[in-house]
Amino acid sequence: MKKNLWILLLVALLTMVLALTGCNGDDNGENGENGENGENGEDFFVGLVTDTGGIDDQSFNQGTWEGIQDFADEYGAETNYLQSEADADYVPNLSSFADDEVDLIVAPGFLFEDAIGQVADNFPNQNFLLIDAVVERDNIVNAIFAEEQGSFLVGVAAALTAQEAGEDTVGYIGGVDFELIQKFEAGFEAGVYAVDPNMTVLVEYVGDFSDPSTGRSIASIMFDDGAYVIYHAAGGSGNGLINEAMERRSGGDDVWAIGVDRDQYDDGIYDGDNSAVLTSMMKRVDVAAYEVSVMTYEGNFPGGDIIEFDLENEGVSLPEENPNLSDDILEQVQNYIDQIIAGEIEVPTTPERLQ
Amino acid sequence: MNKFRGFLANEEHHSFLIPFIAIVLGFLAGSVIMVFSGLNPLDLFTSFIRAVTGINLPNLFTDQSAFNARYFGEFFVYSIPLILSGLSVSFAFRTGLFNIGGEGQVMIGALAASYAGLMLNLPAFIFPIVVLLAGALGGAFWGFIPGILKAKFRVHEVVVTIMLNYTALYVSNYYIRALPDSTSTRTADLPARATLQSDFLSSITNNSRLHWGFLVVIVCAFLFYFIINKTTFGYELKSVGFNPLASEYAGMKVQRNAALSMTIAGALSGLAGAILVVGTFGYGRVLGHFENYGFDGIAVALVGGSTALGSVLAGLLFGGLKASQTIMQISRIPRDIAIIIIAIIIVFVAMKHPIKLALKKLKVEEGEQ
Repeated sequence: MKKNLWILLLVALLTMVLALTGCNGDDNGENGENGENGENGEDFFVGLVTDTGGIDDQSFNQGTWEGIQDFADEYGAETNYLQSEADADYVPNLSSFADDEVDLIVAPGFLFEDAIGQVADNFPNQNFLLIDAVVERDNIVNAIFAEEQGSFLVGVAAALTAQEAGEDTVGYIGGVDFELIQKFEAGFEAGVYAVDPNMTVLVEYVGDFSDPSTGRSIASIMFDDGAYVIYHAAGGSGNGLINEAMERRSGGDDVWAIGVDRDQYDDGIYDGDNSAVLTSMMKRVDVAAYEVSVMTYEGNFPGGDIIEFDLENEGVSLPEENPNLSDDILEQVQNYIDQIIAGEIEVPTTPERLQ
Repeated sequence: MNKFRGFLANEEHHSFLIPFIAIVLGFLAGSVIMVFSGLNPLDLFTSFIRAVTGINLPNLFTDQSAFNARYFGEFFVYSIPLILSGLSVSFAFRTGLFNIGGEGQVMIGALAASYAGLMLNLPAFIFPIVVLLAGALGGAFWGFIPGILKAKFRVHEVVVTIMLNYTALYVSNYYIRALPDSTSTRTADLPARATLQSDFLSSITNNSRLHWGFLVVIVCAFLFYFIINKTTFGYELKSVGFNPLASEYAGMKVQRNAALSMTIAGALSGLAGAILVVGTFGYGRVLGHFENYGFDGIAVALVGGSTALGSVLAGLLFGGLKASQTIMQISRIPRDIAIIIIAIIIVFVAMKHPIKLALKKLKVEEGEQ
């Protein structure tokens, strides 16, 4: 018995030693390669720090990561990301990339506002891209979006679709009730009222961007209250809305969800190739991440600038393909796009309930 | 060989041998997973060492910088609230109570500290202490509720504390938002003289967020040890924990002790919350969901054997693992693997009993020879 134990331990130990030495060899090889790259001075490194959502949140972080990947594929750059487990991780995560002297550090989301200012001060020679908020430092580029304009368009689409079906109620689910997310609400509401001022817009906030189960129960209540289309600006919580819409549609109900940030059509596919996602308000964080990466790569890092992405430069838009919208509706949406770009329609950024 | 086995089997050595073996086994298991995932297990160790000491081993004999004191500072920033919530759970545990409410007590502590820091105006030498005491009082109140319900009405503390966690989340969010100048996500910055943040500590650790909170941890750990081991009150608490009926028969006030124990446990968690406000962040935060400080505290307490020193060491281990997760990701260990490895290390560290049995077995077999 005791002999067996010792033999077992010995075998385990030997395996470990073998494994360690074996992998050690590999490691040296890798290091060598990295060293060579460094000498060529060719490798350009983009680091992304996500909030607690992670790069597969089907929303904001994922969009940014996709933009960085597109850039990396095209220009042969290296990339890595750090997912934060809590907001206490923001500063150390940003600093870790700064320690490694990566060429561009990307932080998507206003949640990074405090952390990025602090880290940018500690590392004045590092380049940062902050998406969705403005922190004025010489080494931070700020990318902001006209979310109200894109939300106006999906509001128009929602109202027109509801009209076609003879319905008069639509809904909006926000992530957390603060200024940035209120812009989505304001634009959506204005779009709906532009089509029909007598429509009802139900508004509810989840209080969290990563709580799909609450998102789903809110969506369920809204659908029960007569909402025909629900638009969400709730990140991961919005997946609950899309799932609820999918289930209801495959059960024969006629309801729709509208996606946000990316084209969420694929997320809503049920029964083969039908989708419960009517359309999506695309906030092209990928474009922002891509554009700023390219600028930095070419040596034109626009430090201290605030770059605004709106309908005009297609920073916000509807998806190119909208199989669930009729041509008639798309035509009317296009009319509104022209009017907004021409400045004939000024889309509000504050919802009516707060005016 | 026999001498070595005798050393292993000697129960006097078990108090430090068992955790040590557990940690080694945990890291070994983590390495095995790394190997199976096609990763280099050495990265696990270099990441952990880099997170805890700031020394970057692969860079040691190259011209790249091999030491960064910031990691060392951040390691403590991660560990401080974990140690305090670990002490909190340990304290209740010694009286036979299971404090699942650390999470809520942390939040109420943070809320009270935010209010004290923003509403009061005191001179610098006393301000941080008052803010910390406010946090401790807030947490103590949140611990007193399950304590008194247990004492008076025999309501099980687990049920009450779990429910109070949710209550605390929404209560604290509401009142944090109600403070003047609060946004929907945070309060205004606390005045610098109310915080434990220190330019000096920050400067010697390469701009880390290290703050004076570690002094609070030392004081609390010492008080914990003193109360439990050196006072009649502590003796009564332990006695109630071992056998409430016998303690009552011996004339101890079992119910009063239960209520007091939960209150003190709450105060320790409240301090953790206060330190998050005045140390790590410098402002109060609106939370979307639990941050698991209280739940991690349960693991810290169990791994640390519900003692003062044990909780400090276990808290440091957990803090180090948390801090190393970032560095593992930097070293291109996928986050999922990093989390699995950390969980496995914790499972092994918690398996003290089987290790103790195995060590004892060595002795029995020796006797047979």
